[in-house]
Amino acid sequence: MSSKSLAANAETQVRSEPTAKKSFDDSTLIRMTKYTGIRLVTMAITVTIGVYLTILIANMGGYVDTIMRNEIRDNTTQSILANPSFRTLSTEAKQRLIQEKITSEENRLGLNQPFAVRSLGYLTNALTLNLGRAMQMTSDQGSKEVRLILLERLPATLLLTGTSELFLFFVSVFVALALSRKYGGWFDKFTIALSPTSAAPPWFYGIFLILIFAAVLRVLPFGGLVDVPPPDNKIDYALSVLKHLILPAASVIIASIFLSIYTWRTFFLIFSSEDYVEVAKAKGLSPRDVEQRYILRPTLPTIITSFALLAITLWTGFTLTETIFLWPGLGITIYRAIGLYDTPVIVGSTIIYAYLLAITVLLLDFIYALVDPRVKIGGGGSK
Amino acid sequence: MNALKRTFYDLVRYPSAVLGLSIILGLLLVAVYALVTIPYDEAVRLWRGGEDVWYLNPKYAAPSWVNFFSIKKAPVSFAVSTADGTMSKTVTPSSEDIATTDIKYSFDYQYDTFPQEMILYYTATFKDKLPFASVLWTTPDGRKIKIANMAVDRRTAFRFSQDPKLQKTLKTNDVMEGLFADPKAETPTPVKGIYTLEIIGTTFESGSTLDTQYVSHGELYGLAGTDKYRRDLMLPLLYGTPIALAFGLLAAIGTAVLTMSIAAIGTWNGGWVDGLIQRITEINLVLPFLAILIMVGTFYSRSIWLMLGVTIVLGIFGATIKTYRAVFLQSKESSYIEAARAYGASNSRIIFNYLIPRMIPLLIPALVSSVAAFVFLEASLAVLGLGDPVLPTWGKVINDAFTDGALYQGRYYWVLQPAMLLMLTGLGFAMLGFALDRVFNPKLRDM
Repeated sequence: MSSKSLAANAETQVRSEPTAKKSFDDSTLIRMTKYTGIRLVTMAITVTIGVYLTILIANMGGYVDTIMRNEIRDNTTQSILANPSFRTLSTEAKQRLIQEKITSEENRLGLNQPFAVRSLGYLTNALTLNLGRAMQMTSDQGSKEVRLILLERLPATLLLTGTSELFLFFVSVFVALALSRKYGGWFDKFTIALSPTSAAPPWFYGIFLILIFAAVLRVLPFGGLVDVPPPDNKIDYALSVLKHLILPAASVIIASIFLSIYTWRTFFLIFSSEDYVEVAKAKGLSPRDVEQRYILRPTLPTIITSFALLAITLWTGFTLTETIFLWPGLGITIYRAIGLYDTPVIVGSTIIYAYLLAITVLLLDFIYALVDPRVKIGGGGSK
Repeated sequence: MNALKRTFYDLVRYPSAVLGLSIILGLLLVAVYALVTIPYDEAVRLWRGGEDVWYLNPKYAAPSWVNFFSIKKAPVSFAVSTADGTMSKTVTPSSEDIATTDIKYSFDYQYDTFPQEMILYYTATFKDKLPFASVLWTTPDGRKIKIANMAVDRRTAFRFSQDPKLQKTLKTNDVMEGLFADPKAETPTPVKGIYTLEIIGTTFESGSTLDTQYVSHGELYGLAGTDKYRRDLMLPLLYGTPIALAFGLLAAIGTAVLTMSIAAIGTWNGGWVDGLIQRITEINLVLPFLAILIMVGTFYSRSIWLMLGVTIVLGIFGATIKTYRAVFLQSKESSYIEAARAYGASNSRIIFNYLIPRMIPLLIPALVSSVAAFVFLEASLAVLGLGDPVLPTWGKVINDAFTDGALYQGRYYWVLQPAMLLMLTGLGFAMLGFALDRVFNPKLRDM
């Protein structure tokens, strides 16, 4: 992403914001509430459509149903043929019993309804986070509730994403500010030279980190969340998790840090050559004040927008990082569910992802509205 | 044309651009070489063929260049046969129907460890009477060992290390040590020098023939090594290049061109078209891209072309469409567009002849850099086990290695070779893209 696109993004964001009518322009609070309300409604519609699309793709007009029917048939037939108590029955009675069992099993899984009804029912359930029961997978507690399976995994994903994203964001913005102050130094050149390394995704660096620190040096674990068996002591447990977190988090950070520093640095450089910054400098303000009031303040909305975009890309990218490091989060769950054709879990995790993305976007939109004066005063372009 | 030339001269001033360009050029050459020397069907056969195709190779063999870096030289695998003339064969008829076939092969063994296994495959033609073969082994220090005497069926395989008679003759269970080790040494070390394998066959019918194939499975194999199915890794490394490049380039160009056209059409028409495009983009932003690709791969088909299509479709309405839209909105108001409108240019003429060309400086660097991302996306899918089922790709090799615990077992070559190629491709395109960004956006140049 070039710095130009960052600036352009900010601009679009402003243009596409719905603006309140002039008659309500009385107080900032009303405008903010209205802005947030409209964003919430649009986001709700967006999420609904997104979730429905996911269900359509997941069910693909009944192909999964066929797979499921075949599996039900196989399982039921085998369990009845293998059961010694049914051995005395005649072949026809057995067949009838098998057919009955299959029908009841199909009813249980809701396969007898037409697809349109099924998908709409699924949509309502999905939106209310009533994600149904998994077909194969179970949570560690042994529950088949999709919600429980996913909720059990969510903390691990949040821990990994949270740690690496926050680290990435703050470190890159501050290092970039420092670099933009005196650009052209050796560290500056070093960062620019290294920025193409961000072409590779986190899992790729993960392989190398595993190779170096786990396989050759044997100082850090290959993967997982805690040691096996998990330590009883809470402090030891936390330390063990921390030890397991180092490699996956490091791979995420390495994969984006140089490009992100480079982008920010260029961005700050462009802004610090603006006329008003020059005027501020000429007035004799301290560099600190110039930086905070004349560079950071006007660029804050853009910083936040691009952070949202970064967060969104990272959310999706965690599937592979988790798989490589066997990190027991959402990503590895969706991967395993797909291997087992477990439709409820797939749809469930996709919905959770969609919600997470929507919450991220919404939250950052809100912060954006707080820091962007154009939203507060109700100015900006028309929709 | 002049502009193109100027851009090129601007570009070669950047060392990173030159490096990136040479990497891409090198990869293109490899891709062409792979496609020319290995036809598609042959590549699929070599990759998916099964034991019949790979039986000549050892399992888990590291590449032979490993020997350059280690003090202890490990044996390199080889396979020779009378069919292609690599083993010498002389047939001398003795009486009536009986003939003697003398097959000889000598090789220089200069390694410090023993081979994994040696196998002798016989192919014989006859009507009723089976040919007979006796196998002799001569070590560099002049010892002669009788390996086996056997009647040979149409297709017979003789595995040295699993033959109980040979174990008895050598008075050891480890046949390789028995054949190669220096009997006087305290720890088993191979005697270095010329070994000779001689097969004296006797055929008992006129027209009956005897051919052999001698395979030595060492610890190393070829330039790239082998995997757990005995497949030569050189094939996916070579053939993965055109696949990765094709996927990356097609996805990048497809996404960029479509995104740009849609953004241009939307901005130009405004109104509900623009609104619709905006809404689709917002919905697409909430959809987990990789999860959907995974679903498509699992439920529909893992064909690389379907994946490519889905990638492009999901990629069109990404975050970049917003960037392009913003720039279009600006240039829509420029006076030259107004002039075009004034002389009565059609909508499509304005969009494709005046609006889109303005975007090229923004488009080209982003396009080149995104090739790297798409190459990695293809590898990512393969690593998740969703690679194309028939094609040999880099990501597939990494996936195989990972499911087999290659890093855990210390088989680093298996992961490192495809990873290095991926890195090289990614860096090549990313460096070129960065340099292009500076050439096209002069504002960045002195920063």
